[in-house]
Amino acid sequence: METSATSPVVVCRGLTKTYGVGDTATRALRGVDLDVQPGELLMLVGPSGCGKTTLISVIAGILNQDRGSCTLFGQDLALLSPRERVLFRGRHIGFVFQAFNLVPCLTCLENIAVPLLINGVKRNEALRRAARHLDQVGLGDRLGTTPGQLSGGQQQRVAIARALAHDPGLVVCDEPTSALDHATGARVLDTLKSLAVRDNRAMVIVTHDSRIFPYADRIAHMDDGIILETSLKPETDARSCA
Amino acid sequence: MYRIALQMLFGDRGKYLGIIVGIAMSSIIIIQQPSILLTMLSHTYSLITDISLPDIWVMDKKVRTSEDSRALLDTQLYRVRGIAGVEWAVPLYKGSLTVRLENGELERAIMLGLDDATLIGGPGIMVEGSLADLRMPDAVIVDEAGARGRLARQTGRPGEPGIPLRVGDTLEINEKRATVVGIAKATPTFQSQPILYTTYSRAKNYASSERKLLSFILARAKPGLDPEAVARRIAQDTDLAAYTADEFKRRSLDYMLHNSAMLMNFGFVVLVGFVVGTAVTGQIFYNFTLDNLRYFGVFKAMGATDRMLLGMILLQALLAGLMGFGIGSGVTAAFAASTWKGNEMKLEVGLPLLCASGLAVLLIVLAAAFFSARKVLRLEPAEVFKS
Repeated sequence: METSATSPVVVCRGLTKTYGVGDTATRALRGVDLDVQPGELLMLVGPSGCGKTTLISVIAGILNQDRGSCTLFGQDLALLSPRERVLFRGRHIGFVFQAFNLVPCLTCLENIAVPLLINGVKRNEALRRAARHLDQVGLGDRLGTTPGQLSGGQQQRVAIARALAHDPGLVVCDEPTSALDHATGARVLDTLKSLAVRDNRAMVIVTHDSRIFPYADRIAHMDDGIILETSLKPETDARSCA
Repeated sequence: MYRIALQMLFGDRGKYLGIIVGIAMSSIIIIQQPSILLTMLSHTYSLITDISLPDIWVMDKKVRTSEDSRALLDTQLYRVRGIAGVEWAVPLYKGSLTVRLENGELERAIMLGLDDATLIGGPGIMVEGSLADLRMPDAVIVDEAGARGRLARQTGRPGEPGIPLRVGDTLEINEKRATVVGIAKATPTFQSQPILYTTYSRAKNYASSERKLLSFILARAKPGLDPEAVARRIAQDTDLAAYTADEFKRRSLDYMLHNSAMLMNFGFVVLVGFVVGTAVTGQIFYNFTLDNLRYFGVFKAMGATDRMLLGMILLQALLAGLMGFGIGSGVTAAFAASTWKGNEMKLEVGLPLLCASGLAVLLIVLAAAFFSARKVLRLEPAEVFKS
């Protein structure tokens, strides 16, 4: 499971996935090959229904592909038992969701501590580490605040802190800015990228939002279940998006 | 994570209270109805419970319960006394007589005629007066429930409780004068009629229209002898029925259970309470889980194992069950305690009943948790990406 600093975090080869059977079958992935390097921010873009979310789900180990292989940190997920896969996910992957998915009755601090608690970290230690992460996303003064008292951008920053709390090597984000206005989305991406790149994490972001493309190191354009092309970072400076 | 499970439970106050109230209401029904049933059933043998000194009861073969009495010839008493192994045997009259109150109203009451010499069969706890006062002329002792209730002197003003009988008051039983010399505590009978204690010979006087008065012979086995064996010997030698106190209680209870619809009626109510409790609690708890499904999905995606999620749901269900059951049993116990101030039916909520009803409530919450857990465990973590 050890990977060197230069070996890819994610290696997908020939991934296929079909939903349903017979006439209603939908081929969501039709042979996807993809690598993601450490410290790289890859964006998956494409029209709705092109298979972005399916691909990110397979990469995150929460959906089984029909064929092909997906290796994370040198570990082929298909070779793991369901329980081992759950534990693997808990240790190595962070999630950022479109709808934030923060538990409303928990404070920001407690929300951030959740992945640590899942990984067996004692509560006090988890809260201590969560406080540090909350501070890193610029919300150090909102420890005891519940998500309902925060703006959308602040909630997403808390969600980013939660995704990074257990120090995962891979962060997957599903439309992290679609619920935010442009300026807020840019600030969220600033936070996300600075924290991820700093610690050499790989990031895979599914997005429709072309305004955040400049934050990408690489953009994979998907359509109809395949990656049409992979382009490098657009020329526009990310800062100009804000 | 278990603490987070509790925070999720307490965080949704409306549903949390709904679950607690649902379980509490079920608990009340599940505890109270059997409590009433058990109390009523215990009244079917209250006479045997209250008269604790004899360990053998001798009676006509056709007697089915302690509420039932068929007169024996007085000579049967001497036959029983003559049987080997019998330490002593005394007569007991039990009959239903009419009491005329001061205002002219008539009330049926149970009269117990005790052995003149020993007064065996008399009440164990005297509230006023003393048992020995029964030896005074026209003396009767009245049970407290009767003295405060049906035999109380009516004021004539509607809605106003009667004035309880006191020592020195007089009654008219079958047109004969009776003087109250004591007030005693007694377990109410199944029919909740007032109980009057007097001596056996005086009972003959009050019930003069009856030719035979000996209802039961109360006997005691000699020390070291098995009362059951002595009872068998009495039955064999006298052609009467003879039971130990426990046997007679069981016989009375069995008769009531088999010849009344009480068990079915109460059992049905308990079953309804159980089913409604399961349905209501299960539905609310299931809705609560559905509302939190996305968060369980997020936890699952983040690496929470099925075991961890199951533990969280079970903890939520068990805690809600414990609190609901605590409130329900508390309310029932308070209700039962309030009945102890009165004199009619004193409800008892014993440990076996609490354990059994606790088990029923446990089944309710486990059923509620089962359906919720099934939903969570079947949830595909990939669902979390569906907004």
